Amino acid sequence: MNADPRGVLSGTHFLDGDHACCEGALAAGARFSAGYPITPSTEIVERFSSRIPTVGGTFIQMEDELAASIAIQGAVWGGAKAFTVTSGPGFSLMMEHIGYAVMTETPCVFIDVQRGGPSTGLPTLPAQSDMMQARWGSHGDYSLIALSPNSPQECFDLTITAFNLSERYRTPVMLMMDEVVGHMTEKVVIPEADKIEVEPRRHTKKSPAEFLPYEPAEDGVPEMVHAGEGFRFHVTGLTHDERGYPSMTPQTQDKLVRRLRSKIDGANRQIGLYEAEGLDDAEVVVVSYGITSRVAQRAIELARVRGIRVGKLRLITVWPFPEQLIRTLAKRVTAFVVPELNLGQVVLEIERSAGSHAHTISVPHAGGNVHRPEQILDAILEAAK
Amino acid sequence: MSVTTIAPPANPVERFLRTDRMPHIWCPGCGIGTTVNCFTRALIDAKIDLDHLAIVSGIGCSGRVAGYVRLDSFHTTHGRAIPFATGLKLANPKLQVVVYSGDGDLAAIGGNHLIHAARRNVDLKVICVNNLIYAMTGGQTAPTTPGQVVTSTNPYGTFDTSFNLPHLVEAAGAVYVARWTTYHVRQLSRAIAEIFQKPGFSFIEIISPCPTLYQRRNKMGDGLDTMKYYKEKSKVKNGAPTSEVGLDKQGEIIVGKFVDRARPDYRELMVNQMHESLGSRFIDPVAAECEEGEPQGCEEGLCS
Ligand SMILES: Cc1ncc(C[n+]2csc(CCOP(=O)(O)OP(=O)(O)O)c2C)c(N)n1
Ligand code: SF4
Ligand SMILES: [Mg+2]
Repeated sequence: MNADPRGVLSGTHFLDGDHACCEGALAAGARFSAGYPITPSTEIVERFSSRIPTVGGTFIQMEDELAASIAIQGAVWGGAKAFTVTSGPGFSLMMEHIGYAVMTETPCVFIDVQRGGPSTGLPTLPAQSDMMQARWGSHGDYSLIALSPNSPQECFDLTITAFNLSERYRTPVMLMMDEVVGHMTEKVVIPEADKIEVEPRRHTKKSPAEFLPYEPAEDGVPEMVHAGEGFRFHVTGLTHDERGYPSMTPQTQDKLVRRLRSKIDGANRQIGLYEAEGLDDAEVVVVSYGITSRVAQRAIELARVRGIRVGKLRLITVWPFPEQLIRTLAKRVTAFVVPELNLGQVVLEIERSAGSHAHTISVPHAGGNVHRPEQILDAILEAAK
Repeated sequence: MSVTTIAPPANPVERFLRTDRMPHIWCPGCGIGTTVNCFTRALIDAKIDLDHLAIVSGIGCSGRVAGYVRLDSFHTTHGRAIPFATGLKLANPKLQVVVYSGDGDLAAIGGNHLIHAARRNVDLKVICVNNLIYAMTGGQTAPTTPGQVVTSTNPYGTFDTSFNLPHLVEAAGAVYVARWTTYHVRQLSRAIAEIFQKPGFSFIEIISPCPTLYQRRNKMGDGLDTMKYYKEKSKVKNGAPTSEVGLDKQGEIIVGKFVDRARPDYRELMVNQMHESLGSRFIDPVAAECEEGEPQGCEEGLCS
C-alpha cells in the first residue's frame, strides 16, 4: 500500500534527526501520538503537534510517560497508527507498557532518543546505553524489534520501517536514536507518497462469528480488529488463549510466550537490516550502530591506510540480534571491534555469537560525546596484531 | 406422547455477559457482580448501541469486569485504564468509552490520570467500584480506606487521611459526580444510564462490599450485613457539597448525585481551538476518516 499523500512532505529538506523522525511517522501513516516532554526527544512531538492538525489526527500531551505509552495503545485499538517518543528516564517509565504491547500484540512505535544515564544523567548529551533496556527492560520473556539510525535521512526512512514492521509482526518497535543523530541537521529527501511503501494493518476479513482474536496466521501473527466494529472482542495483558480469554495454565503460557518470541526471532532474516563493506577479505570487522558507526567509518579508513583489511558491519536492526551473521563471520575473521556509547552492551551479543571462533574487543565509552576515531583505530590495530 | 420442555425465562442481562467465561472469580457476597448487573440494566434502559461501546478496566477484582462483559473490552495495566481509554476515545470519537475499575487502581496508582482526565474533561464514563481496600492483592490499605480499619498492611489500624473521591474529581473538573452503594441498585442503574447522555468526564463511585477482606477482617459481618449497614446509614442528599461527603468506618454514607454541570469536553475544545487558529487548514480527524470512506462518524453528526 502507498503512503497517504496528506502526511508526506515530499521534497528535499534540511532537517535534524528529530524532525525527520516526525516526518517519517507522518509518512508512515501515524495519526496519533501521545508524549511527555523530555530532552533530547521533544522536538519530534513538537513538530508532530504543529503538523498533525492539518494532516488529520491527534497529538495529546499526557501527564507522564506511563500515560503516553498506554494512550497510544488505546489509539491503536481505536484504529490509528500511533507512536510515542521519549528519552532516558521516560523510557524507564514506559517499560511496563512495552510489555503490554508485546503481550496484546499491539502494533506501535516507541522512539528513544538516548542520552547519558543512569537516572537524570546527561540530559542534553548522547549515549547508546539503553540498548539492553530496549531488549529486556520489561519483565517476562519476549522478543521485539529495535532499529538504530545514523543520520537524519535514516531517521526518516527507519521510522517508516519501524511502523511497517510493527504492523507486519504486531509488535512494539523501538527506534533507538541518540542525542547526536537527533540534533544533527543534514539533507533529507522525502519521496513522493506513491514511492513510499506502507504496511496496512492486518485487519481480518473474517466475520465476528468466525474470528478468534489471537489465532495466529501461518507466520505466527494473528489478525486484528478495532473497537467499534461489532466483534465484541477482549484484550488482556494476562496470559490468554486464542479467544483472548485469560487462561492461567502453564500450557497456555508456554504456547503463547513461545509464539510471541518465535514470530520475531523466526523472522530474523526478513527483519535484519545492516550495512556491510569489505567483509569478504576482512581480518578485523568493526561492528557498530547509530552515531558510533560514523566515527567508526573514519577509524576504518585510517586502518586501511595502514594496510589492515578491516570490514565494516553497521547494524541497522539491533534486535533481534543478527546472531547467524556474526556466527558465520566469526569463522572467517580474527576479531570483532565493537565501539558503543556505553560500557559494553551489544558487544555481549557479539561475544556470545562469535563463541571461540573470533576475538571480540569492546571499545566502551560512558557517553557525553562520541568516541575519537583514534580510540577505535587503536582497538583495530590491537585486533590485527 | 410429546414432551414439552419449558425453558427458564432468559435473564435479560445474560446477553451482555461472556457466559462462556463463567463461573467468575468473585467471592460470594462481593458487590462487584451487583454493579455489573446495574451496568447492564443501564445499557438496556439507555438503549446503548453496543457496537459503539467499549469498556476499559485496570487491574484488580473490579478490573476483571472488562473480561466478563460481552463488549469490546480491554483489561489494561494497573492504574492505566484512563489513559488507555483517552487514546481510544480520541482516536475513535464515535465510541462511547466506559472505564470500569477499582478504587486502588483509579485513585492510587492511577490517581494522576484520574485528575488529569477530569481536568481535560475527556468524554469518559468512569465507574469506580470502591470497596475501600486493595482486594485482589489480599486486603492492603488503599487511599480510600477510612481511619481505624484493620488491613493486611495496617494490622494495628489505618491512621492516615483517606481520599474523598467525589470531592477530588469535582475539584479536578468532572462534569458529573455521583455516589451510590450496591444497595441502591435502581438509583445506580439510572445514574449509569444518565451519564451515557452526558458528554465529558463523568464519575460514579459505587460503595461496594468486600466481605472477604474488609468487612470480615473488621468484624463488620458478611455481604448481607453490609447491605443492612448501607440501608441504615445511607442518606440521599442530591447536590450535597462534595466537601461534606467523606467516609468513615461506620458512619453515615452520603449518596446521591452531587455534580451535574456542563463544560465543553476535550475534543470540542480541541476542534474549536484548531478552527480558530488554523481556519480551513484544520482537518478534523473524524472528517479525515470519512474521506477515506468510512461514513459512520457522519451519522453521529461528528463531522459538520
Ligand atoms: C504495577 C502494578 N503494581 C501492583 C500490582 C498488584 N495489584 C493488582 S490489583 C492491585 C490493587 C487493586 O485494588 P483496587 O483497584 O481497589 O481493586 P479491587 O481488587 O479492590 O477491586 C494491586 C496493587 C499490579 N498488578 N501492577
Ligand atoms: S476479594 Fe473482595 S472484592 Fe475481590 S472478589 Fe472477593 S469479595 Fe469481591
Ligand atoms: Mg478496591
